[in-house]
Amino acid sequence: MSVVSQKKIATRQAYGEALVELGERNPDVVVLDADLSKSTYTYKFAERFPERFFNVGIAEANMMGIAAGLALAGKIPFASTFAIFGAGRAYDQVRNAIGYSAVNVKICVSHGGITLGEDGASHQMIEDLALMRAIPNMTVIVPADAVEARAATFAVAEHPGPCYVRLGRPAVPVVLPEDYEFRIGRAATLREGRDVAIIACGVMVAPALEAAEALAAEGIGARVINMSTIKPLDVGAVIRAAEECGAIVTAEEHNVLGGLGGAVAEVVADQAPVPVKRVGVRDVFGESGRPDELLKKYGLTAEDIAEAARAAIARRARAAAR
Amino acid sequence: MEEDYRELRAIARQIRKDIVRQVAGAQSGHAGSSLSAVEIGVALYWREMRLDPSRPDWPDRDRFCLSKGHASPLLYALLARRGYFPPEELDTFRRIDSRLQGHPARHKLPGVEISAGSLGQGLSQAIGMALAGKLDGKGYRVYALLGDGELQEGQVWEAAMFAGNRRLDNLCAIVDYNGLQIDGPVSEINDPAPVAGKFRAFGWHAVEIDGHDYRQIFAALAEARATRERPTCIVARTRKGRGIAAVEGTVKSHSWYPKVEELEDLYGEIDREDAPSAPSPQEVRAR
Repeated sequence: MSVVSQKKIATRQAYGEALVELGERNPDVVVLDADLSKSTYTYKFAERFPERFFNVGIAEANMMGIAAGLALAGKIPFASTFAIFGAGRAYDQVRNAIGYSAVNVKICVSHGGITLGEDGASHQMIEDLALMRAIPNMTVIVPADAVEARAATFAVAEHPGPCYVRLGRPAVPVVLPEDYEFRIGRAATLREGRDVAIIACGVMVAPALEAAEALAAEGIGARVINMSTIKPLDVGAVIRAAEECGAIVTAEEHNVLGGLGGAVAEVVADQAPVPVKRVGVRDVFGESGRPDELLKKYGLTAEDIAEAARAAIARRARAAAR
Repeated sequence: MEEDYRELRAIARQIRKDIVRQVAGAQSGHAGSSLSAVEIGVALYWREMRLDPSRPDWPDRDRFCLSKGHASPLLYALLARRGYFPPEELDTFRRIDSRLQGHPARHKLPGVEISAGSLGQGLSQAIGMALAGKLDGKGYRVYALLGDGELQEGQVWEAAMFAGNRRLDNLCAIVDYNGLQIDGPVSEINDPAPVAGKFRAFGWHAVEIDGHDYRQIFAALAEARATRERPTCIVARTRKGRGIAAVEGTVKSHSWYPKVEELEDLYGEIDREDAPSAPSPQEVRAR
């Protein structure tokens, strides 16, 4: 029996639907896209509010600059494209015109990570969390499922300042209850456990829950934490996980360098040293393939997480024996 | 009788002194790129734009986006003399703890509309403001000052295409066409000419003027204001380092700064206002 819901919805779809509701509620919300509105689901907002939707064409740098200008004139712009273009192509514009300027732009990108799939490595953004996290003033959020993507869309609209929200292409299981209360900067413990803590974000939250189930069958109690805000990181939740569980596994659909694993390891090394194993793309580019095939090939499955948990626990035991 | 712009010329002399004083004090900065656009800045801040220095966030104000952010000494001098902050603060330019950063930072200093420095980005931000003005039914106008070398950045043309297609007639781009960039003549490095023709091809109204001649500047600004359904680009021919004979019209003026002891002599030179008038593009090319 699976521990996660069979219901699957893409986070980008939940975002696009939430945007329409947001547009009803708040006349200051405007939306920009760069010729990918069908893929990012901003077309729904465009259909409802054509006068507040700006399709700039294939020009992401210009889009980020226009979004900054709209924000400077009092609007709440949501700028959408693929993660590769939002965080990569337009990095300098995001850094200077949005981050440094501390303007109220919401960069909501879809197709993050390798689950973008068949388009291949050129489009598979695996370094965006590292890039965005390193920009001062930037809030970075990776919703785990449709429930959280919807909640995050509303939350960033209320949150002053630059935000980066990473959404995904494939339909993913709904792991959070309908009444889930999302708060920027707050981690959610989805399962209790005292032997190891699995800190996951995005599409890796569902396999983290499956891994915990498998570990439970072996008598290992794994805490599962949904760390949807990468920055500001819920430092308290990380320290408690380190102190109470004694070993940590991070799981993200991102390079193991600089993303969630990096952020957690920084806190642990600094404040509560325990073994940390990072599950993620191991500093290589991806390739074309189906999302499930890619997750398997690049080591991002429930079994990979469970194996990392066993390794972390074993390392802690060796350290204790010394 | 035709106006002789005596008052504006006096203000321009003060602005030039302020520019030279800032780069001398900091022993760094970009004098040449500031001095070339003094008349444009004075025309905008003292006559053309609807502003209230006591309310820098007034929602109905006209906006000036300095896209060529390295001309920060010009912007700071304009803002200080227009009353946004005390002119004494110009002496903190580029110093630690100063609000006058090497390149303008909007969150630090009132009156600075955009943070700039990485070239090619200001026009896009001006477009965002112009779009918001249209959405809100406000009558404010948005001005963006670009360098000619800056036109080599691709984002400028992404922005030009969009503004033309969106018929943003509340937007006016001004190109400070001084013909020189860090590594030499713009025409030799990667020539953006014909600039007016390119903007026209993107659906803009474009005019070419002498960027040191107030009569021509005001005529062009009035033309921009009167133009409907199209943004306007004013291609202003200028001389880099204008007003300082030792560097005027030279590449060296880009990051030239005098010694503090030389300032009095330079102020005297600025007061004599004996600099030659703006060259034609052919002259720029020939240099």
